Amino acid sequence: MSISFQDVIATGPITVVSIVALVVLIVETIRDKTELLTCWISITGLVLAMIVAFTSIENTGTAYSGMVNTGGYANFFAVVFCIAGLLSTMLSKSYIQKENIEHGEYYFLLLLAVVGMMLMAAAADLIIFFLGLELMSVTFYVMAGFVRKRQASNEAALKYFLLGAFATGFLLYGIALLYGSTGTTNIESIISRADILPPNTTFLIGLGLLLIGLAFKVAAVPFHMWVPDVYEGSPTTVSGFMSTGGKAAAFSALLLIFAPKLVNLVGPIQEVLAVLSALSMIVGNVIAISQTSIKRMLAYSSIAHAGYLLTGVVAANASGTKGILFYLIAYTVMNIGAFGVLSTFESKDRQNLTFDDYAGLSSKKPVLAGLMALFMFSLSGIPPFAGFFGKYYVFVGAVEAGYTWLAIVGVLMSVVSVYYYLRLVVLMYFKEQAVISEPTVSSLGLTALVISGVAVVELGIFPSTVLNIIANFF
Amino acid sequence: MTAETVLFFIVAACAIASAVLMVMQRNPVMSAIFLIGNFFTIAFLYLILQAQLLAVLQIVVYTGAIMVLVVFVIMLLNLGDEKKLTERFDIKKVLGVILVFGFLLEMLYLFGISEETRVYAGLNPKAVAVGTVESMGKAMFSTYLFPFEITGLLLLASIVGAVVLAKRRL
Amino acid sequence: MLEQYVPIGIMMLFAVAFGIVLVNINRWIGPRRPSTEKLSTYESGMEPVRTARERFSVKFYLVAMLFIVFDLEIVFLYPWAVVFRELETAGIVGMGVFLIVLSIGFLYEWKKGAMDWH
Repeated sequence: MSISFQDVIATGPITVVSIVALVVLIVETIRDKTELLTCWISITGLVLAMIVAFTSIENTGTAYSGMVNTGGYANFFAVVFCIAGLLSTMLSKSYIQKENIEHGEYYFLLLLAVVGMMLMAAAADLIIFFLGLELMSVTFYVMAGFVRKRQASNEAALKYFLLGAFATGFLLYGIALLYGSTGTTNIESIISRADILPPNTTFLIGLGLLLIGLAFKVAAVPFHMWVPDVYEGSPTTVSGFMSTGGKAAAFSALLLIFAPKLVNLVGPIQEVLAVLSALSMIVGNVIAISQTSIKRMLAYSSIAHAGYLLTGVVAANASGTKGILFYLIAYTVMNIGAFGVLSTFESKDRQNLTFDDYAGLSSKKPVLAGLMALFMFSLSGIPPFAGFFGKYYVFVGAVEAGYTWLAIVGVLMSVVSVYYYLRLVVLMYFKEQAVISEPTVSSLGLTALVISGVAVVELGIFPSTVLNIIANFF
Repeated sequence: MTAETVLFFIVAACAIASAVLMVMQRNPVMSAIFLIGNFFTIAFLYLILQAQLLAVLQIVVYTGAIMVLVVFVIMLLNLGDEKKLTERFDIKKVLGVILVFGFLLEMLYLFGISEETRVYAGLNPKAVAVGTVESMGKAMFSTYLFPFEITGLLLLASIVGAVVLAKRRL
Repeated sequence: MLEQYVPIGIMMLFAVAFGIVLVNINRWIGPRRPSTEKLSTYESGMEPVRTARERFSVKFYLVAMLFIVFDLEIVFLYPWAVVFRELETAGIVGMGVFLIVLSIGFLYEWKKGAMDWH
């Protein structure tokens, strides 16, 4: 008898969200008008899971015969994913109504994606990591194509699926080779055996292939080709969710497998990561400058942010890791917020608004314009906001690890990014030409935007609230 | 050489031949048929390695279910005229071919030449014990029970996904 | 060790031979006396020979997808059934949860009409 009640309790957040997802599907099956009910069930479930994760954060250990980690790191990320899921759910309500795709399945898939992400962050075994990744990816493929009548959405789903399946192939091959060379799928044992193994080509190739799969999921250059088209074609709220929750999940797994210990042990991996990081920062930021559609600009900016985050993985020290965790939570609130504001202005026949569409917004819609400006400031990393501290710690980590050149590239590229983020702010505030359509924003969506805005400011002024929690994990 | 080794080389040759033939066909249906042959030979290879469950899964899942999907996709895509699919020279294709052969060489080096894996001393009895249906069943419901349940969720997600994407009215 | 599989091999050979025989037995033992009348097209019919590459409805695809999912489910039942007695409650609970999860999916697609043709 290996399944015990303690395991179910210990993995509380995962259990809660899975059960809530099943409840949503049952409700969707047996009732007719389910849109409102399923939305509220998911919100309640995610809040509940967040509370469970937060209260059990101290109980670190493993569950299900060493398959998953509980507490600490896993629960921290569970909270992050719940926040991402919660904000996306709240913002989605009016958006999917507008797009005429309001079905209970939307919330079901979103909840299952959250379960997948939690599994990735809690994985103590590569099998769990792989299943979590697949659960997340499969639901993302479907959610990307959720607007079934729109060609761009279908295209996004198909592109994401084909490339994603290909990347999964690499990842699985990597896992197989790691298992072959170390004789275990337990992540901790793999890392500790890397120490005692003789120089081993199989092991290195396995790590490399695994890195390809993960780099695809975090959207690092040169595995970034899918990002602009997928983010542009997907429903806007889904793009926001994919770019934050998906990225955070991929980075949580990246930090588990390519843990500081392993990166320091296996020299070549660090060099490869550094190159990926630098390329992502340069390519993402430079291409983002020339975009006219804001959604595409945010897609390229998400590639750039993957680059900044990778800097922390390269650093492989305490400040780098701390920086990544802080950065991910900051990125989650600010990027979902930015996509959320976009989603309020889009309508069924007005997709992919350009920069010029937002000209003069501040006089017409001061609250939304103010929030958007806040998110843009934070994304570009200007001091009193959340984005700044994330970048700061990540770059400090890189300098401490002797990767000063990488930190310099990062800082330079942040300066470049200020141009396109602030261009939007300048257009909104200093240009008189209101052409944008009337926004549709429900009170639920507005609440989510305000929460994100407050979080961005709060994290920027009192970063220690989160940093103190993070410091306990390592 | 034991009988098993001889059998291995025969089956392996069949596997490679059917794979190459599959890629070389112009007619997609013929490709599908060679793919079935390939799946069967691979199931046979699993049997030689004493991995019974894997062999059964290979036949039930791949030769059964996946092939159904392949045939349906051929029907859906309606590839009318094979002659129109003429190849044009493309630098990307050349790069792709080079990468594939590079990868092949790497694998050959790893599994054929490099010291770590060259010595083959017959099947390890422990490994043989792992491949049986009994041991897999026991592992699946003890250590790996949690991944098994997650697989259920993954299958559920794909059911809903298929319905959401392909059903005309939700 | 492979000797154990000899009976299975023999059975597979028989299966293949049986298939070949059934397909061809008509040609071998049936009398064939073709005439122009017999070989011509049915008079008010259309040209009977055309491409088999028809475009099929996406509905077929949905059926195939659902088939694969439930096929995979059944595959998991196989090792479970083999060691069912030794597993005791763990087996029943573990498989029970798995089957409940997939039954919800089954009910969902039934109710949504994924199995209706129209």
